[in-house]
Amino acid sequence: MVIFEQLNDINLTDDYIKHQYEPILPKKDEWPVVKLSKSRKEFIQQVVESSVGNIKGLTGNQLQALKEELEITLFKERMRIKQNSWAVDPDDEQEFWAEVKAALLALDSDQQIEDEKKKQEYFEVLTRITRRYAEEIASNFKHSHYKMTKRFVSFGFSRLLNTSRVKGFKSIFSNQYRLQDKIQIIGETDQIRELASKGTIVMVPTHFSNLDSILIGWTISTLGLPPFIYGAGLNLFNIQIFAYFMNALGAYKVDRRKKNQVYLETLKTYSREAIQFGCHSLFFPGGTRSRSGNIESKVKLGLLSTAIEAQRANYQKGDTEFGKVFIVPVAINYHFVLEAPSLIKEHLNFTGQERYYSESDEFSTSYKISKFLVKFFTKGSDISVSIGKAMDILGNYVDTDGNSKDAHGRSIDCKDYFMVDGKVNVDLQREEEYSKKLGKRIVEEFHKINRVFSSHLVAFTAFRLLKKQNSKLDLFSLLRLPEEDLFLPYDTFKEACGLVLARIQQLREEGAVHMAPHMNAGLEEIIQHGLQNVGMYHAKRPLKKNEAGNIVTEDISLLYYYHNRLDGYELEKII
Amino acid sequence: MDMNWKKSSENKPIGVIGIGSFGTAISNLLAEKNNVLVYARDEAVVEAINKTHMVKNRKLASSIRATTDPKLICDSCNVMFPMIPSSAFREVMVRFAPYLHPYHFLIHGTKGLSLNLPEGKDLGNIKKIQRKNICTMSEVIMEETVVERIGCLAGPNLAKELLENQPGATVIASRYNEVIREGQQLLRSDNFQVYGNSDIIGVELSGVLKNIIAIASGALSGLGLGDNAKGLLISRGMVELVYLGKAMGGSTKSFLGLAGVGDLVTTCNSTLSRNYTLGFRLAKGEKLTDVVADMEEVAEGVNTVKLIKLFLESTDLRAPITENLYKVLFEDLKVEAALQYLMKFPIYTDIDFFD
Repeated sequence: MVIFEQLNDINLTDDYIKHQYEPILPKKDEWPVVKLSKSRKEFIQQVVESSVGNIKGLTGNQLQALKEELEITLFKERMRIKQNSWAVDPDDEQEFWAEVKAALLALDSDQQIEDEKKKQEYFEVLTRITRRYAEEIASNFKHSHYKMTKRFVSFGFSRLLNTSRVKGFKSIFSNQYRLQDKIQIIGETDQIRELASKGTIVMVPTHFSNLDSILIGWTISTLGLPPFIYGAGLNLFNIQIFAYFMNALGAYKVDRRKKNQVYLETLKTYSREAIQFGCHSLFFPGGTRSRSGNIESKVKLGLLSTAIEAQRANYQKGDTEFGKVFIVPVAINYHFVLEAPSLIKEHLNFTGQERYYSESDEFSTSYKISKFLVKFFTKGSDISVSIGKAMDILGNYVDTDGNSKDAHGRSIDCKDYFMVDGKVNVDLQREEEYSKKLGKRIVEEFHKINRVFSSHLVAFTAFRLLKKQNSKLDLFSLLRLPEEDLFLPYDTFKEACGLVLARIQQLREEGAVHMAPHMNAGLEEIIQHGLQNVGMYHAKRPLKKNEAGNIVTEDISLLYYYHNRLDGYELEKII
Repeated sequence: MDMNWKKSSENKPIGVIGIGSFGTAISNLLAEKNNVLVYARDEAVVEAINKTHMVKNRKLASSIRATTDPKLICDSCNVMFPMIPSSAFREVMVRFAPYLHPYHFLIHGTKGLSLNLPEGKDLGNIKKIQRKNICTMSEVIMEETVVERIGCLAGPNLAKELLENQPGATVIASRYNEVIREGQQLLRSDNFQVYGNSDIIGVELSGVLKNIIAIASGALSGLGLGDNAKGLLISRGMVELVYLGKAMGGSTKSFLGLAGVGDLVTTCNSTLSRNYTLGFRLAKGEKLTDVVADMEEVAEGVNTVKLIKLFLESTDLRAPITENLYKVLFEDLKVEAALQYLMKFPIYTDIDFFD
C-alpha cells in the first residue's frame, strides 16, 4: 500500500500545471444554450419545419415515395415497440402509432380526394411524427440544475478524494486534493477557451466508458466554458442518476433503436440547427463506446455531417456571430474501464456486426454506479483528458483567432470550400465527402493526442508476447486458452517492454503520440506502475506478477482489450 | 491579354497548365465552348501562342491565350487542367499553391507517379518504399495545395488523334460529382464522349500502370512476335494491373473501364504511344538513355516501373511483368531473356481477382 501511494504521486506531474480557469461567458443569459432553452418551443417548431422540408426533398415531393417512407417508419416503430421497449419510453407510444396507422389506412383507401390534397394530408402525418420526435430529442437544460450538478460533481467528489487520502479526523474538510489532481486536463486548453467566444465549438471525444459523459461535462465546466449540448443515448436516461446529470448538462436524446429515415432526419436537423444557433456541441464520433478497446478507427458520419451543413448554412446567411465552426478532438485516457469485461465480450461475440444495444450490468442501477464512483475516487486511478488542436470543418488546424491555416501556414477562407462560381451553394454529395475527410482527420488527431499510460504499455507488450508464443493460433483460439497455461518470464517481458517503450518515445518525438509523465520514470518503475494500474478494479486482473515472479493474466480477453488501446501505431512490428 | 477575364465572374476562362501534346489537345477541345487561358513557364512558348497560335508545330485555336504568371491564371480561372509530366508536377503545384483556393477545381491529365520521401531521406538511404511514399497526381495536389475538388482525366486519349478531332472518349474521375459534371460539360462534344467515375485513385492508377504493359507490348512487337503473344501479354498485364492497383487503393471495377482496359488495349497496339515506342526501340537493341534523350516528351512508364519495383519490395506482391521490365530497363537484361522468364513463371490460374 505504501508503494501504491508513492507511485501515484509520480502522476501529479511536471508538465501538467493546474489552472484556475475563469468562466469565459460569466453571465448565464449570454450562453447560447440558455437562449436556446428559453426559446425551446420556437426552436422545436423550427426543427420540425426544417426536417419536414428535408424529407420533402429526399422523397422528391412525390406522393408515392412519401407514403412509402411513412409506412416504413410505422412498420419499424411497431416492431421496435414490440421487440425492444424501455422504461424510458412514453406511455402513449402504442396509442400514438395506432393513430398514425389509422390515419395512413384511411388515406390509402380514400379514392375521393385528389392527389395534391392527399399529399397535404400525408405531410400532416409526417409533421406529427416529426414533432413527436423533436420533442423527445430536445434537451431540458435548466440552469439551476446545471449549477447543482456542477457543485455536486466537484464538491462531492473532492470530499471523497480527500477523505481517502488525507488521514485523520479533519480529512473531510481538507482541500489538499482536488478533482483536478485526479483528472488531468492537458493540451490546447487556452485555445478552446479563446475559440469558444469566437465561434461555435464541436467537441469530439474518444468514447470508452459511460463515465465519459460526466467526465467531459466536468471538464467543460472546469475550463470555464459554457455548457455544451450533446446527444446522449436514450438508454442512459433509463437510469435516474444519469438522467439527472444528462438533463443538467444540456443533453439531447439519441435513440439508437430508431433507425427510420424520419427519425434520423429529425435528429440531424436538431443538431444542425443547434450548432447554427451557436450552441457548443459535443458528439462522440465513434457513435457508441469502443467495444474492442481500440481508439476509434472509423467515425460515424451522420452527426458529423451536421457540423458541416451548419457551417455551410452560416456562410449562406452571411457572416453571423459565432459563425465559424471549430472541431476539437479530445482523447480520454484511463488505466481502468469499468465496463471493459462486458464490452470486450460483446465485441468478440459480434465482431463486425451492429446489434441492438443491450444494457450491460455495470451501469444498470444507480447503486452500482455510486459504488463504482466511490471506488474510483477513493482509490488511485488517474485519468487524463487531452484537448486537441482545433480544426475547421475540413480538418485544417486553426490559429487562436480561429483562422484556418494550410500545411504551410497560409490562411484559408473556409467559405471557399462551399463556393462555385463565386457563390455558396448546397451540394449534399460534396458535403458527404467533406464529412468523410473530417472523420479521417479526427481519427488521425485521436491517435496523436492519445496519451500513453504505463498500463497501456504493459498490456500491449504482454498480449503481443503471448500471441507470439502461440503464433499458430488465431485470435479466437488464443483467447480460449486456459489462463493457467499462460505466463511470461519477467526478464523476457521487461526486455520487450523496453523495446516498445523506445518506439513509443520515438513516436512521441515525431509528434505521433503523447506520453503521460509517469512514463519518464525508469523502466522497472514504469512496469510496476503499469501492473498496479492496468484494469485495477476488475475481479480478475488482466495482468499481474505472480509469486514465482512471472507475468500472468487472469483474464486474457481483458488483457486483449487493454492491449488494443495501442493498436494502430504499428507497434506490433516490434514484437 | 484580355484583363477583363479576371473581373467578370461569368464566363471565366478555363485554365490549362502545361502545353505539351496532351495539354494542346485538351486546350483545343475546351476552346470549342470556352475561353481558354494557358500557363507555360517558357516566355517564348507563351509569346508564340499569343502571336502565332502555334506551339511546337501544333495548331492552337486562335482564341486561346497564354501567360507565364501563375497568379494571373489562378485569379482568372475557377477550373484548371494541369497537364504536366509527373516529374515536374509537384514543383508546379508548389509554385501555384500560394494562389490556389478551395473554390478552385483542378482536373489533371497526368498518367504518372511522384515519389514523396520524408525529409532527409532519398532512394539511397531509405529502407522501404511504402504506399504513402508513392503519390498519384491527385495526392500530390492534396499534399501541396488547399484544393479539395480534384479530378483526373484518363482513358485512351492519344493526343495526335484528339488533335485531328477523331472520335474518342475519356473518363473524368473525382470524389465530387460536381467536378465530374463540370468536366463533362466542358469537354463533351459530338465527337468526344465523357464518362464519370468516383474512384479517382483507381482511375489514376489505371492510366499509370497500363504504361508498364505498353512498354512490354512495344518490346514484343520490336522482337517481331505475333498477335498471340500480344493477346497473352495484354491479358496477363491486365491481371497484374488489377493486383497492383488494388494493393494501392483502387477498385477492381475501375480497371475494367475505359481508363483501364480501354486505355491498355489502345496503348499496347499503337505506334503513337510513347511508352509503346520506347519498348519497341529497346527490343530493337537501342539503349534506354539514347531512346529517352531522343524523345520529345517523357514516356511516363519508365519512372513508373522504377517506383513500382521499389514499392513491390516492401510488399508480398509479385508482379512478374513489372519486375522483368525493370531488369530490362535498368539492369541490362535482354528482352528475349525476360520473355523466357515470363513464359516459365509459375502462375497457371487465369483469373482470380474477383473472389
